[in-house]
Amino acid sequence: MEALLRPRIMLSLTIILIPIFLFISGASSHQIRINNAERRIDLSTHIVKVFLTLKVENTGKTSASEILLAFPPTQVDHLAFLEALAATGKKKKKTYVSLAVKPTQLPDAPNETNYYTIVLANPLNTGETATLEILYILTHSLEPFPVEISQSESQLVYYRDSALILSPYHIKQQTTFIKIPSNKVESFTRVEPTDRAGNELKYGPYEDRPPYSYSPLLVHFENNNPFSVVEELVREVEISHWGNLQITEQYKLAHAGARHKGIFSRVDYQSKPAFSGVSSFKHLLARLPPRVHSVYYRDEIGNISTSHLRADSWKISELEIEPRYPLFGGWRATFVIGYGLPLEDFLFESSDGRRYLNFTFGCPLVETVVDKLTIKVVLPEGAKGPSAVVPFPVEQRLETKYSYLDVVGRTVVVLEKKNVVPVHNIPFQWNDLNILFWGSKMEKKKRNSLLVMLVD
Amino acid sequence: MVGKTESQNGAVKATAAPAMNLESDLFSNFSFKSFKLKTKQQELLLRVSILGLVYILAFITRLFSVLRYESMIHEFDPYFNYRTTLFLTEKGFYEFWNWFDSESWYPLGRIIGGTLYPGLMVTAAFIYWTLRFLRFAVHIREVCVLTAPFFASNTTVVAYFFGKEIWDSGAGLVAAAFIAICPGYISRSVAGSYDNEGVAIFALLLTFYLFVKAVNTGSLAWALASAFGYFYMVSAWGGYVFIINLIPLYVLVLLITGRYSMRLYVAYNCMYVLGMLLAMQIRFVGFQHVQSGEHMAAMGVFFLMQVFYFLDWVKYMLSDTKLFQAFLRITVTSAIAVGALALGVGTASGYISPWTGRFYSLLDPTYAKDNIPIIASVSEHQPTAWSSFMFDFHILLFLFPAGLYFCFKKLSDATIFIVMYGLTSMYFAGVMVRLILVATPAVCLISAIAVSATIKNLTSLLRTKSKTAVAGSSKGTGGSKASSKASFDQSQPFQKNGAIALLLGAFYLLSKYATHCTWVTSEAYSSPSIVLAARGAHGNRVIFDDYREAYFWLRQNTPPDAKVMSWWDYGYQITAMGNRTVIVDNNTWNNTHIATVGRAMSSYEDEAYEIMRSLDVDYVLVVFGGVTGYSSDDINKFLWMVRIGGGVFPVIKEPDYLVNGDYRVDKGAAPKMLNCL
Repeated sequence: MEALLRPRIMLSLTIILIPIFLFISGASSHQIRINNAERRIDLSTHIVKVFLTLKVENTGKTSASEILLAFPPTQVDHLAFLEALAATGKKKKKTYVSLAVKPTQLPDAPNETNYYTIVLANPLNTGETATLEILYILTHSLEPFPVEISQSESQLVYYRDSALILSPYHIKQQTTFIKIPSNKVESFTRVEPTDRAGNELKYGPYEDRPPYSYSPLLVHFENNNPFSVVEELVREVEISHWGNLQITEQYKLAHAGARHKGIFSRVDYQSKPAFSGVSSFKHLLARLPPRVHSVYYRDEIGNISTSHLRADSWKISELEIEPRYPLFGGWRATFVIGYGLPLEDFLFESSDGRRYLNFTFGCPLVETVVDKLTIKVVLPEGAKGPSAVVPFPVEQRLETKYSYLDVVGRTVVVLEKKNVVPVHNIPFQWNDLNILFWGSKMEKKKRNSLLVMLVD
Repeated sequence: MVGKTESQNGAVKATAAPAMNLESDLFSNFSFKSFKLKTKQQELLLRVSILGLVYILAFITRLFSVLRYESMIHEFDPYFNYRTTLFLTEKGFYEFWNWFDSESWYPLGRIIGGTLYPGLMVTAAFIYWTLRFLRFAVHIREVCVLTAPFFASNTTVVAYFFGKEIWDSGAGLVAAAFIAICPGYISRSVAGSYDNEGVAIFALLLTFYLFVKAVNTGSLAWALASAFGYFYMVSAWGGYVFIINLIPLYVLVLLITGRYSMRLYVAYNCMYVLGMLLAMQIRFVGFQHVQSGEHMAAMGVFFLMQVFYFLDWVKYMLSDTKLFQAFLRITVTSAIAVGALALGVGTASGYISPWTGRFYSLLDPTYAKDNIPIIASVSEHQPTAWSSFMFDFHILLFLFPAGLYFCFKKLSDATIFIVMYGLTSMYFAGVMVRLILVATPAVCLISAIAVSATIKNLTSLLRTKSKTAVAGSSKGTGGSKASSKASFDQSQPFQKNGAIALLLGAFYLLSKYATHCTWVTSEAYSSPSIVLAARGAHGNRVIFDDYREAYFWLRQNTPPDAKVMSWWDYGYQITAMGNRTVIVDNNTWNNTHIATVGRAMSSYEDEAYEIMRSLDVDYVLVVFGGVTGYSSDDINKFLWMVRIGGGVFPVIKEPDYLVNGDYRVDKGAAPKMLNCL
């Protein structure tokens, strides 16, 4: 069911993407005013999620169709995901429309500020207001301090931001909430009014701040959540004629937290798990699609025996994997996960003879950042003219791979993206990948025979 | 015919019984109905299908380790072979041949191409390339894991032909079935045991078979083939020395027993000259064939052959016997004198190297213990215990003398060979545990002769009996003839019943053998020894994977140029799985270097630190099995470190580490023991 819904959502997205707005009104920064801004920064894991609610009003004379978001240069490098929704209606009957977002360069940007433009679905006329819900995700933004810790210490990190929201617009009222994983806060910058309640810090409300206001903010707190970072992930999706989809994922996993110092005592680690190696992680959870079969988990030197699979034919299957050793800060592990899936869940045929493959783009590991993701879709031998539709910019190229009993080789579509995060809690599935392939009429005949094989 | 079928059935009974019985039933039905006349074809079909089944059986019985654990390389040496094979497939043959490996024996390094037997790696790489060419996208590891079982299957085929050559096809089939499941061979050829021996036993048996064939036929083609078989053996394993000594010995025995013939002359000369020239192409062997003491016997016999041939010719030319006698005396004396002089001069001038330590220890089992601790420290170099003979051979141990009896009863060139092979290899098997492997084919063949001959005799007894009975009943009812038949019958029943009882007994023994082999294979010889399995408290299987955990940590989390010091057992595994430089490894070519490590391990910490600094050591790997009760950890091996270290550095004395002559590791241990690294 879910898989059927995805292409429709996809289509709507692509339609939104197609219109190109050429007219950027230079005076827009003067006519837009933010009446109320609320920012919630979630620092509970190593993936920083920021929810930003903006109430925007057009105070200018002409209608505005774009809103600018500003990011300091330090954040823009770590920005993994940005999404904007326009909320309409009252509290109970709120509906959300997703909006197109694109990076923009402005000539007179102060201090190398970077901008993203949100394109509104309906231009904002004079005096009108709109509510925008913005979610952005930052990776590698928590800086461990002290940089090196021993096995018995817990991990403390810095988070740097601005107490005031950076914006090219005048903000009438703004508040920032910072949620931290535990009560243990070493220190935090005070920008009055500042308040702390349990594991939440409140900055604001601040009234009437001019454009480009900035006030440095530093929070030093404890975060023992696994800082699991996949430095490189290569996912190979191999489509078989015989009704199978074989996925091979090669991970280069690292612990990006505070570096481990001194010796590692296995005895301490096993006998006192509460005090020893709290920031290390032993296992990871991978969410695999339903009806997954033939799962394996190994590395260059053989099978890794520590994994558990909770397979389900309807729900998401869960694979719990343990690396060969617990990962401490700075340690690395490489491994391979492979599994098979029934092809009919993912491959669809359209009326014109093309075939579509709907497949999740991201990494199946929960709460993990992928620095560089490469997806290789290996099409059956003879497939021609593939194209991939992905709702965000990726690098694409074609390769040829030789596998069992191949003569001319298989076409491989390679997609590459940097800085990928698991985004699950958003109302639409952005992480779909459509691959179309088509060919001449001769090819069509051949593909019909393929279809028979698939039905078998 | 029927007897033969039954004997083969027995040999593979327990493992492939249902299929075999079905088949033989099927064939017997056929034979009595439609194909009554074509006995020859029937036999051929039966033989081929049995051989095919044995071939498959030999392969699948070695897959226990893959099913129990996974498709992985076992133990220590195979990791080195795997690493070199990987290098060969990635970089090509030329690079491989000239490979200088700086990752082992730091800071000395090791010339890999010149110090290994490349046969195994080249074979695996060849299989890999062939499969790749045929568009099978296999991984080189899978090829390496399955190389040994594949060659074990090939060995069964060779065993069949060998048995056929020395006795008859029935013995060949029994030998094939025996060798397919013999634990002595399985121990070295399970899937994953990617070691030289896996290929070498095939090459050994092939060389012997081809040589015997050449001696039997006197054909130059077979001798040539045998030379190539020898070349393959030389390229695969250091055990080729056994061939190059056994064959001259065999020739010598034939000469002494007066069985010299033109066939022998052709076979030996061709095989020796060509085999020697080919073997010199292997860099590790090089000029050893003309320089080393171990190969001199072959050369001596070669010259002796020429003298023999010359004398034969002179005898033919000279009609006078007296003159010939005088000539014979002069020639033999001068030949022996020249030979001895050449040997003496060669040895004295250093041209001919003396025997190596391992060779000495074969001839004198106590030699290694007294002089070379490094050889004595390896468990597979220990003298064999009776129990392990029983474990590896089971009933073959009893069938072996019986087979020898049959061989002596029907002496021929071929049976003399197998007898000599059997006796010498049995001696070597008694000296070193690992050489049971060499003895296994001989034991299998000789036992097969025993089984085949016995069962053939018994069944022929039964068959003549039943035939006469049939004849008696068919020939009619009355008369004196019938009464005479009856009296003849009455003399037989004891013999008949006895034959049946003996046959049943033989089948019982053979089925026991099959069960024993399967049990041994699955329980004892299929453990990769790098992953340990144990039964947990609730009967579930617990897997200890700590070795690989450690190696993988080294691989991932140490700088790429880090040097790891460990006892030499783990050297190959660290380089292959950890991908880091080691100080010493399992190729124990430099005793001093190993002794240095042994000294570092057994010195006080500050002294050890100095030694390690001088070796640039970054990490030290030690294995402690105290928590899980794993017995072969470094504490257990510690005394060997002391002994080997003490062999070179007299500073280290074994008694320092002992308390009243006992080795203790607890609080009561010797102070030096507690304070050392």
